[in-house]
Amino acid sequence: MQQFFEALMTGLAVGAIYAPLALALVLIYKATEVINFAQGEMAMFTTYIAYALLTHPHFGHTFSYWPAFFATLVIAFVFGVGLQRVVIRPLERASVLTVVMATIALLVILNGLAAWIWSPELKFFPSPFPTSSWVVDGVRISKQDTGTFGVTIACVVVLWLFFRFTKLGLAMRAGAVNPDAARLLGVRTSWLLALGWGFAAMLGAVSGMMTAPTNLLSPSMMQAVLIFAFAGAILGGLESPVGAVAGGLGLGVLLSMLGTYVHPVTTELQLPVALAILLIVLLVRPAGVFGRAVVRRV
Amino acid sequence: MAVLLELNDVSARYGQVQALHGISLTVGEGEVVALLGANGAGKTTTLRAVSGTVRRSGDVTFAGKRLGRAGPESVARSGIAHVPEGRGIFAELTVWENLRMGAYLRRGRPDFSAVLAYFPWLEARRTQQAGTLSGGEQQMLALARAFLLRPRLLMLDEPSLGLAPLVTREVFRVVVDLNEKEGLAVLVVEQNAAVALQAAGRAYVLETGTVAVEGSADELRANDAVRTAYLGY
Repeated sequence: MQQFFEALMTGLAVGAIYAPLALALVLIYKATEVINFAQGEMAMFTTYIAYALLTHPHFGHTFSYWPAFFATLVIAFVFGVGLQRVVIRPLERASVLTVVMATIALLVILNGLAAWIWSPELKFFPSPFPTSSWVVDGVRISKQDTGTFGVTIACVVVLWLFFRFTKLGLAMRAGAVNPDAARLLGVRTSWLLALGWGFAAMLGAVSGMMTAPTNLLSPSMMQAVLIFAFAGAILGGLESPVGAVAGGLGLGVLLSMLGTYVHPVTTELQLPVALAILLIVLLVRPAGVFGRAVVRRV
Repeated sequence: MAVLLELNDVSARYGQVQALHGISLTVGEGEVVALLGANGAGKTTTLRAVSGTVRRSGDVTFAGKRLGRAGPESVARSGIAHVPEGRGIFAELTVWENLRMGAYLRRGRPDFSAVLAYFPWLEARRTQQAGTLSGGEQQMLALARAFLLRPRLLMLDEPSLGLAPLVTREVFRVVVDLNEKEGLAVLVVEQNAAVALQAAGRAYVLETGTVAVEGSADELRANDAVRTAYLGY
């Protein structure tokens, strides 16, 4: 039982890294039906920005962790909005495939740019949480894992409140369902898409800053995470934000459990297992666990 | 009657296909005007050229201002509510959320009391998903949402589409009500010419992208060509 709870906690912490990235993918997919392949590299790039804030003096002083964390979120938002305006918006009338190709180009560019600016070698990235653990009834609970999970849940809740209770959030949901109708009501949908990219970039930054302390910071840090996040998003249903979060967390727990109880599933096998899950879901339940097949009256 | 909307030699195309060949028409302040014609005559495109959902050439003037190249967001802001073919409701959102979207351009907490006076049943359905409403209810919701925009001109595209005759009559009754009590001008595209001519004061008949016949509703009802082609008696 102790082994089970420890595997569960580890899994939730790992899933808490996948979940924000999965949610970022879903946000953009729901609004534009585009899978943003650059999502992982955007996250990596903003994590480097956090690294720069933490290690180099800016205006005479270096940031401590939490100011750097929130400053990075703001920078990530501006970065996401900017990318949408400069790279994606000119392709507004182009096919989905063209936009997907543009995101793949972005992936390569951001990866190369990060390696060029900060050098490709691995870097240590600090964690705001201590490495010690609590012991409750013989179960070790890592403070780091708990913190990672807490940060993700906080971000998801804030975003949910925004979409549920604000006019702008409502307009973004309406624009995702029926952009033409939203425009006829005076909604500037093009700006809402940019806003969506901003939020996606912020979620990516959270995922990146939570990944870097354990996986070390490098330009290729987020590539595997993106695939896990993608599998998580498919598992939950690409159309469902709740599903993306649940799918990301669920995938983390599943992989952790397999690693604990089914010994052949070592670290090397995690990626193939995640992709196998992705394929099985696509074959058995293409809409995902939380997705619904689209049914409408005509 | 002051002219509210004026189209002067307006053309529009979808890619290579020219759908409008120089349409000229007017809608007066507080007037109900019907656009009649066969499928493909350009009725829908005329509305879309006004709202900016298709690129237009020629002059569209609304309330004394030329719309120029204004897109749908700006046209909506200037006071034209366009309920498109198929109603354009947000199927996955609730009834209430659809209404809140209608009031998107207004500041502060939206006041739905005026709209609920015309559509009282919406109150009880506030949390229902809009996509699960019946066709007639969806059309009513689209009307209510358009009315919340506080427009001076309401453009309706085939409000009777897929509705039973009784429901169609109910929809038009509300449209006439909004026109009479709120002074809302209406430009309505309709296949069902008989119903449209009952509600409208004037009408235009479009054929292959141009105005073929225009006149008051009474004149058109008396016109033999219109009667055999569109009224069927």
